[in-house]
Amino acid sequence: MYTQPMLESIKVIEAARASKRQPLRLSAEEKKKLLTDFHPDYRESSFHTLQIGPNAGEKAPIELAEMLHSNSLTYGKSFDLTAPPDYDTDVLIIGGGGAGASAAIEAHHAGARVTVVTKLRMGDANSMMAEGGIQAADKENDSPGQHYLDAYGGGHYTAKPELLKRLVLDGPGAIDWLSDLGVLFDKESSGTYITNHGGGTSRKRMHACADYTGAEIMRVLRDEVRCLGIPIVEYTAAVELLTDENGCVSGALLMNMLTEKFETARAKTVILATGGAGRMHYNGFPTSNHYGATADGLVLAYRAGAKLLYQDALQYHPTGAAYPSQLFGALVTEKVRALGAGLYNAEGEAFVHPLETRDVVSAAIMRECGERKKGIETGGQASAVWLDSPNIDFLHGEGHIEKHLPGMLRMFINYGIDMRKTPILVYPTLHYQNGGIEIEPDCSTKKIPNLYVAGEAVGGIHGRNRLMGNSLLDIIVFGRLAGKNAAGKARGTAAGKLSLRHVEDYAKALAQKGIDTGKVSPLLLPDYARKG
Amino acid sequence: MADLISVFFDGKPYTVPSDLTIMTAMEYAGFRLVRGCGCRHGFCGACGTIYRIKGDNKVYFALACQQQVSADMYVATLPFFPLNRRDYKLEELTAEHTVMMRLHPEIFACIACNSCTRSCARGLNVMQYIAYAKRNDLAACAKESFDCVACGICSARCPADISHPLVGLLARRLKGKYLTPAAAHNKKRVEEINNGKHDEPVNGLMQLTQAEIAALYDTREIGG
Ligand SMILES: Cc1cc2nc3c(=O)[nH]c(=O)nc-3n(C[C@H](O)[C@H](O)[C@H](O)COP(=O)(O)OP(=O)(O)OC[C@H]3O[C@@H](n4cnc5c(N)ncnc54)[C@H](O)[C@@H]3O)c2cc1C
Ligand code: FES
Repeated sequence: MYTQPMLESIKVIEAARASKRQPLRLSAEEKKKLLTDFHPDYRESSFHTLQIGPNAGEKAPIELAEMLHSNSLTYGKSFDLTAPPDYDTDVLIIGGGGAGASAAIEAHHAGARVTVVTKLRMGDANSMMAEGGIQAADKENDSPGQHYLDAYGGGHYTAKPELLKRLVLDGPGAIDWLSDLGVLFDKESSGTYITNHGGGTSRKRMHACADYTGAEIMRVLRDEVRCLGIPIVEYTAAVELLTDENGCVSGALLMNMLTEKFETARAKTVILATGGAGRMHYNGFPTSNHYGATADGLVLAYRAGAKLLYQDALQYHPTGAAYPSQLFGALVTEKVRALGAGLYNAEGEAFVHPLETRDVVSAAIMRECGERKKGIETGGQASAVWLDSPNIDFLHGEGHIEKHLPGMLRMFINYGIDMRKTPILVYPTLHYQNGGIEIEPDCSTKKIPNLYVAGEAVGGIHGRNRLMGNSLLDIIVFGRLAGKNAAGKARGTAAGKLSLRHVEDYAKALAQKGIDTGKVSPLLLPDYARKG
Repeated sequence: MADLISVFFDGKPYTVPSDLTIMTAMEYAGFRLVRGCGCRHGFCGACGTIYRIKGDNKVYFALACQQQVSADMYVATLPFFPLNRRDYKLEELTAEHTVMMRLHPEIFACIACNSCTRSCARGLNVMQYIAYAKRNDLAACAKESFDCVACGICSARCPADISHPLVGLLARRLKGKYLTPAAAHNKKRVEEINNGKHDEPVNGLMQLTQAEIAALYDTREIGG
């Protein structure tokens, strides 16, 4: 499957592998320079300044700014919001990924009537795709404090301390909760969890279910939501929040994705769990994300007046598949590096320690393929570097890849590449939205009563850079918390009137500034259909 | 650019580059997908697909996001197949020997035709995991079914109307809850946290200046 020049280059890698030399870790100054010179987050041309709304004056990725500068896709259409709503519930959960499912389960147990609406099918979500694992400080040599230090430093000291504290203290309990629901974590026969390192961890605290961690968690949570009889409304996107006369959130305007008919949902409290934004293709990057990752939640909340935090901090995962073209952008889990695969350029130089944080490793790869011109040509959109997967079996013995990375192995073998025997080609892929909607420690938004947020749609838990394994953890910890708190709040709240007034106000503000993008938002799905 | 080939969606021919997946070929042909497309990377099972190649009698099965197109492929997608759910409360079940018999009695009507295994887009030995379930060997069923993405093709082909993905899922949940020893170190840590033992150290870190915590971070020991 590899071309002749690739096969030549592999020979150099094999020689380098035998030498077992990996580069030293970079100093704080070296990392800073690498990031400033090569990471897209540090490039001014990637961003526009927001003109209106709570974050006016701050920068946002161009593609997100465009959505925030556009009118609602509902604008100018008329709706009868006084008619009985199509759905009437205590807690409305928008988004059927891991955060939404966790919230649904807890809100149900707290006694609330819960409805989940989701754009595609329940579980068609980034949560289903997480491969590497979930962090929690539950080993003897580890502690929540140590976890805090790793995450806070890895996030360049920008996480909101109160949120991070919740994350690390509730981590072990989250694993226990999942295990009790029947999630099959990798264990030794004694019951001890098998844990590994991930980029930026100082202890082995990555729990995993082979390399299907997210899928295993997601399908169990989805099953539990169904077992509890919680209504799930699939192929139904929230296209705007609805607010009452006091500016409290009172429901959402929905759209059936198949018929494009609008529906209304009235709720006492609403949880946004709409996930990430990879399909916005910021900076033209490919993405590892699912089809519906289009930052809808950010657009809806922003229009209603919620503040965003770190909306300009994106995570490029260093190892997206770069070859063959059919896999372009698909994730090669960090676990491959955690288990011992190094990174090499075309000349067989190991140019960065494979377990630096993601932003640093990504920047280093972009430097090799860009300025240094030491990438391997793939015939596709970008050149690439080698990820030396055979070193895993070399270090841990034959069969290790098959046992611990079955999904990865299968993905490449489909295209005639056996990662046990030959290295694979990688280039950074747009992977995670570090920023999002700003929340209080109880998952509420300060500005908009009755609105809660959980999961990847939140900004601030990880600061400007998230470590692998902390996102799966955050969707469980904060998903559960949002569910409990939204149910609690719903108890003392009467159902409000439904209006789109904030959407009209937003349209006026855009008009006043003379902004007209010619587009509408939220995006809902990318448009990949070839025209003409 | 790759060669152009002819593929048929719902029986209608389209000319597409040969290096695309079925999913990207549909998009190249001009379809804007809503159904039958979820993760796009082989995890969610939204894109189960059945196809034939002209002149070849065999029926093939794949995930549209994973399978490359080939010349004269006739493609039908299966975005949804109804499975027959049984509602249960996991905490009220046990892993005792009649659990499968009670919840999924239809598995005993399996006629061992092997259609499920032959149609698995993931190449799993589906009939084998159903056989394990019949024997109530839940651990083996869980292992054998672990990679299932629940695309539902097996159930669409099954003459005994079995909902295979649900059988595997139940076995896995039962195994996870009842058949694996508890992690004592985790329980211990949860208890410590509940008793407030870890509040102080974390609060301490939160009180440090950025320079102080950076010094701790930069010099922290990387342990096992
Ligand atoms: C390939 C991949 C690998 C990863 N690996 C890891 C890992 O190893 N460890 C780790 O910790 N993290 C990992 N992550 C990150 C982690 O999986 C995600 O950040 C996390 O699962 C997000 O969960 P969520 O519930 O917030 O969002 P999602 O799981 O994405 O769910 C959001 C849901 O909301 C729906 N939705 C969106 N907009 C709307 C709307 N307008 N109306 C209704 N519904 C809507 C979506 O369709 C989706 O179903 C990975 C991510 C990817 C993509
Ligand atoms: S789209 Fe998810 S498996 Fe193909």
